[in-house]
Amino acid sequence: MVQWVQANFDVSFGALSDATRRGVLEQLGRADASITALAQKFHMTLTGMKKHVGVLEQAGLVTTEKVGSVRTCRLGLRGLQEEAEWIERYRQIWSARFDELDKVVENLKRKERVDGRKKRK
Amino acid sequence: MDERRESEAAPTKNHTSAERRSERELVVTRTVNGPARLVFEAWTKADLFRQWWVPRSYGLTLLSCEMDVRVGGGYRLAFRHQDSTMEFFGTYLEVTPHSRLVWTNEEGDGGVTVTTVTFDDIAGRTSVAVHDLYPSKEAADAAGGSTGAMPEALGQLDELLVSLRSTTPTP
Repeated sequence: MVQWVQANFDVSFGALSDATRRGVLEQLGRADASITALAQKFHMTLTGMKKHVGVLEQAGLVTTEKVGSVRTCRLGLRGLQEEAEWIERYRQIWSARFDELDKVVENLKRKERVDGRKKRK
Repeated sequence: MDERRESEAAPTKNHTSAERRSERELVVTRTVNGPARLVFEAWTKADLFRQWWVPRSYGLTLLSCEMDVRVGGGYRLAFRHQDSTMEFFGTYLEVTPHSRLVWTNEEGDGGVTVTTVTFDDIAGRTSVAVHDLYPSKEAADAAGGSTGAMPEALGQLDELLVSLRSTTPTP
């Protein structure tokens, strides 16, 4: 299980090792976009952007579809799900930890209120 | 008045968010319902820290927790996981009461991880941000399923997540 997860994430995170590619994913998270529009947005040549999109496509993070002369890019579900699951896992670990922290802080607050009452007497 | 408040149902848990900010960085944020003064105390006093750092459901036993919270001071946590013992240790690089803590994790083979925790008090509630800078992309990747390079615990964490999913509605 762990090994399988690891292998898949390695591919995804290879694709994510570049700031532009991460930016492209963020952008596509908001709306689908053509390669031309992405190139403009990230101040790159069309060829440069095609390469980045190609890497994301191979990792399953992005899918593209050519309609007429425009190639539209959108987020690929497979890669995105794995990425989301990976970060969700990390999030849940911390969430459980913070739930315990809440209890400790609640106790400290209660103790302060009790101590405060004692001092006021 | 206090009695009334204490008898109320437990407050709704705040949302925890997690983000991979770069290939080596993971950031977790959460608001805690208490002033930074108390939240900071819970992060810096060993007898309090040990009550929450390892949630009971992890299946790990915290054997010892030593924390010398001052710049240059060290910490050491020892856990038992099934038959093995794990140790986590490092050094505090920055200690700014109620607002900022920075420490290193030095137990990993692949280099040092630096954890920066900031506490931002907003009208009696505290926004906590935990920023982990890993020595490599691989180390950060591995952290996704563990708590700071704890591969042995992965199996148990899987179980934890399954139990969490079965008891809480998926957002």
